[in-house]
Amino acid sequence: MSLDLNSIWFVLVGVLFTGYAMLDGFDLGVGALHLFVKKDEDRRIFINAIGPVWDGNEVWLVTGGGALFAAFPMVYATVFSGFYLIFMALLAALIFRAVAIEFRSKEKWGWWRQMWDIGFAAGSVASGLLIGIVMGNILMGIPLDARGDYTGGLLRLLHPYSLLLGITTVALFAMHGSIYLVMKTEGELQDRVRRWVNLTIGVFLTCYVVLNVATIVYCPHLLARLDQRPLLALVFLINVLAVMNIPRAIKRRSDFAAFLSSCAAMALLMALFGLTMYPNMVISIPNPGNSLTIYNACSTNLTLRIMLIIAMMGVPVVLAYTASVYYIFRGKVKLTPHSY
Amino acid sequence: MNVEILARIQFAFTIAFHYLYPPLSIGLGVILVIMEAMWLRSGRVRYHNMARFWTRIFGLTFAIGVASGIVMEFEFGTNWAAYSRFVGDVFGSALAAEGIFAFFLESGFLAILLFGWNKVGPRLHFFSTVMVCLGAHFSAVWIVVANSWMQTPVGFSIECNGTIMPAGFVPTAEQILHSRAVIHDFWAMVFNPSSMDRLMHVLVGCWQAGAFLVVSISAFYLLRGRHREFAASSLKIGLVVAAIASVLQLASGGKAADGVTKNQPLKLAAMEGIFHTRADAPMSIVGWLDMEQEKVVGLQMPGMLSLLAGGSTDTVITGLDAFPKPDWPKVQAVFQLYHLMIAIGMALIGIAWAGLFLWWRGWLFGKPNPLVRAFYVILVLSVLGPQIANQAGWFTAEMGRQPWIVYGLMRTSQGLSAAVAANHVLASLIMFGLIYALLFAAFIYLLTRKIQHGPDHEEDSEEMPSSWIALTENRRRKAGTAAP
Repeated sequence: MSLDLNSIWFVLVGVLFTGYAMLDGFDLGVGALHLFVKKDEDRRIFINAIGPVWDGNEVWLVTGGGALFAAFPMVYATVFSGFYLIFMALLAALIFRAVAIEFRSKEKWGWWRQMWDIGFAAGSVASGLLIGIVMGNILMGIPLDARGDYTGGLLRLLHPYSLLLGITTVALFAMHGSIYLVMKTEGELQDRVRRWVNLTIGVFLTCYVVLNVATIVYCPHLLARLDQRPLLALVFLINVLAVMNIPRAIKRRSDFAAFLSSCAAMALLMALFGLTMYPNMVISIPNPGNSLTIYNACSTNLTLRIMLIIAMMGVPVVLAYTASVYYIFRGKVKLTPHSY
Repeated sequence: MNVEILARIQFAFTIAFHYLYPPLSIGLGVILVIMEAMWLRSGRVRYHNMARFWTRIFGLTFAIGVASGIVMEFEFGTNWAAYSRFVGDVFGSALAAEGIFAFFLESGFLAILLFGWNKVGPRLHFFSTVMVCLGAHFSAVWIVVANSWMQTPVGFSIECNGTIMPAGFVPTAEQILHSRAVIHDFWAMVFNPSSMDRLMHVLVGCWQAGAFLVVSISAFYLLRGRHREFAASSLKIGLVVAAIASVLQLASGGKAADGVTKNQPLKLAAMEGIFHTRADAPMSIVGWLDMEQEKVVGLQMPGMLSLLAGGSTDTVITGLDAFPKPDWPKVQAVFQLYHLMIAIGMALIGIAWAGLFLWWRGWLFGKPNPLVRAFYVILVLSVLGPQIANQAGWFTAEMGRQPWIVYGLMRTSQGLSAAVAANHVLASLIMFGLIYALLFAAFIYLLTRKIQHGPDHEEDSEEMPSSWIALTENRRRKAGTAAP
């Protein structure tokens, strides 16, 4: 992998989306688990566990999208227009998730809270599912014409393989969210959430195994990669180890270590995704000649260089204050009159 | 209906809805910085209570602004793929800068602004408030830069089939499929001829939106005789910001109009309904365009437009007739929206300065009297003014640019997504219609609730953290003032 500007931006866009998965991933996971607690106070604790941070976490998606637009406009245009209805549904899901957090606890009526609780959970699950479906289609390859426009229909996007990847994503987020909740809760609620962790790991690993088998069946073009890049096998191995470390850490009550393991697992999954695709960004099947790569879908070198300067100035600052905010809001959730 | 109409309606609808909220965040951000600064300086608990209350209103508008903002970022790609490919090299860096410099700053420190009252000291909290306010302003910078580039594109070359074309090249409908704008001068793009004028105009419009919201809610409390001290203090701050912003807006509007005269003469002709190129061109106050006879019926100031544009009534103003008719925007709509914006802008100056006058005479917060009460009612309604004017202004700018999506380079019809069918856009349009109706209803309901609830404490705040109380005491001792 030679380190030209295009590759750097391939990695940076990947880093932004990985940041999104690691951070908003636990928000969406908390949402997916939300309806499994019944008591109003417990549900409020769940929501307030992500209350101060979900907004900043979602910015990783916005910035990732912006970086994709800036660095690889052809990919941005092709994917967003090609998966039109999926992205529209994703927008609806993200909106419901966001405003449900804001509105839920503003009234005491049972039906009001139940309505927004369902909106919160459904929005969170749907977001994970739809993100997974998009990634599934990218892995499988989609039909593109010479200009790079998607020529298939909606049904093709809902192929069982993509759906499977969608479900796996929801399971991954639920696992990540349950570990995050262990860190933010205490007492009886924490004991209950702690028991969920192993359950969610089990569900995720099952999905993951099935997904790998399905990849062999449905994505033959990806298998060739394994021979070219033996590094893939190593990343895969470390990834499995990271997931295996979670139950061990949870059992030893090193909750933060478990959370870091889960973050590492997500980063490694994204690395697998990136290593498998590189240097392709959207694979055209059946006409591989129309594929979008980091070289034919990118902005000019000047723009990539300007953006690299912007990123080098901005990203360290962003990381510093994001870390500070997480540090300030560390510890268990305490409900106050002005909590959500 | 065809894809183009539907996609345009969807973009207009979603951006118009979104734009109800960011101006409030930007404007309220400024007000929050002022209130917290006053609290830190004076140590008066009332200012602390004010900052707390207005922060809650801020939080509500911010949440919907974020939720409806992601839609905008996605829509460039979903509905305008050809446009995104064409401008990505130019537009993208502005959008990426917006994400890194503005959105992260806003949302990161927002957590401390909203939830950090009991977690950090007052100085760090104030710093966070300033950062949120700054982030909100930065977000306006980059999106206005990008939009201004669409109005007055510079600093780029056209690349057609992989070759850089000479300056002034305009791609044909066939060529544009294989063309894109590539940047060659980043700073020329950022400081394009219209960006700074328009940025100022937009930001001041946001300050007006925030200030008049504070004015309106405070006047409502005074009208009802509730939270009088709190409302009077808030109203004073709101009125001062509103009065300054409204006058600034007149100046920045004039500057922006100058820019349009120079850079987009066709748009100016539509805004003022100048059908025929002429000297001694009038400026309309209100009017209706007779599109058959090609003239304006209504109240006009003779020669004013020429005077403003060139310093003399002899200045020749280019009319619509200098351009082929298919290139005209929707002249009637542009004219009406533009004049609606100006009329509201003038009214806001009047309201804000009348408020200052009444305050100076001691009538505004004096004994209840029917005239002052009537003025309170006007203040309560004034919140609608900046909102309508901001919308009308943006519609003028964007409709006035039509039929171009990038002025003089790419037509709106050429920017669409080839992969998206009309029925898909119709489906998403209906979806947004339903979701936004629900959101708007919930927003209004919750805003009303927060207003009904009012500030938590009139004078003393039991919620104030102990470290903050210590600081307050300290300040008071230093200032030598008695307890409020």
